[in-house]
Amino acid sequence: MKVEIVRDILSANEQIAQENRRLFDEKGVFVLNIMAAPGAGKTSLIERTIETLQNRLRIGVIEGDVASTIDADRIARLGIPVVQINTGGTCHLDANMVRVALPRLLLDETDLLLIENVGNLICPTNFALGEHLKVIVASTPEGDDKPYKYPGMFSVVDALALNKVDLLPLLEFDLDYFRRGVEALNPDVAFFPMSCKTGEGVQEWIDWLVERCRAG
Amino acid sequence: MHELAVTQSMLNLALEYAGRAGAQRIMRINLVVGELSGIVDESVQFYFDFVSKGTLAEGAQLAFEWQPARFCCRTCGHEFALQDGNWACPVCQALGGEVIAGREFYMDSIEVE
Repeated sequence: MKVEIVRDILSANEQIAQENRRLFDEKGVFVLNIMAAPGAGKTSLIERTIETLQNRLRIGVIEGDVASTIDADRIARLGIPVVQINTGGTCHLDANMVRVALPRLLLDETDLLLIENVGNLICPTNFALGEHLKVIVASTPEGDDKPYKYPGMFSVVDALALNKVDLLPLLEFDLDYFRRGVEALNPDVAFFPMSCKTGEGVQEWIDWLVERCRAG
Repeated sequence: MHELAVTQSMLNLALEYAGRAGAQRIMRINLVVGELSGIVDESVQFYFDFVSKGTLAEGAQLAFEWQPARFCCRTCGHEFALQDGNWACPVCQALGGEVIAGREFYMDSIEVE
């Protein structure tokens, strides 16, 4: 006997993500899901964002890592409320891990919540968390072919920060080739070449983020 | 590790529907998987054999129907398949396709007895 189902396999996650989203909207919290390969600069982008915006917006951070509190410690040094989620081996955050972490943040006193996902270009794509925007941080040493190799990720993001552009003179990185790959998949993506180290290009990202945050 | 979480969700869904149908055993699970979904079928089968032990789905065969990634050109509307390293529209050469297929990951049906 055949039983018709036709249901998304991750529908349970999707449902929790929608509940998270409703809560964020009710509390007026704007939420980013920040994804990248390990070492691309997710935490550095978050630090830069906090340094620039913490006098204007009340910011909270959720740090997702397989193990350790290294990233959460970096954020806590900036005086920002941060919750560390250790996934214990799992390669991505899911909506339920975020839901469980939320009571540890004062959402009523938060304007912008930055969620740093586990370093991985594949799995986080499939697990919505309830975020308003998906952001990917790519970095020049990873190579210019990444959009072609990880189309699933690059096709769903709202913004792309290309970090470590200060290293371009040392690398064989074809910025046009990279950009063509991204735009073919995702023509509406907001693209920010930057260096979190030198600060180049960071302001453009901040201006865009503040604008999107205001629009809700 | 991703496939483990996915496989568990898959098993739960199959068991829910099998239970509702009053089935004794799940023989086969028919899945539709897009090329862009990031799913590795061998890995899912491996975890499935492990997590389904002692359930109605033990020994069930997983059938993967793969959906190739397809774009719709934003400039001329032509629909085309993703080609390695070259994603320009083959008709007008424009970049900027809407992904219209390839992200699927759903359970189409199960076969039970």
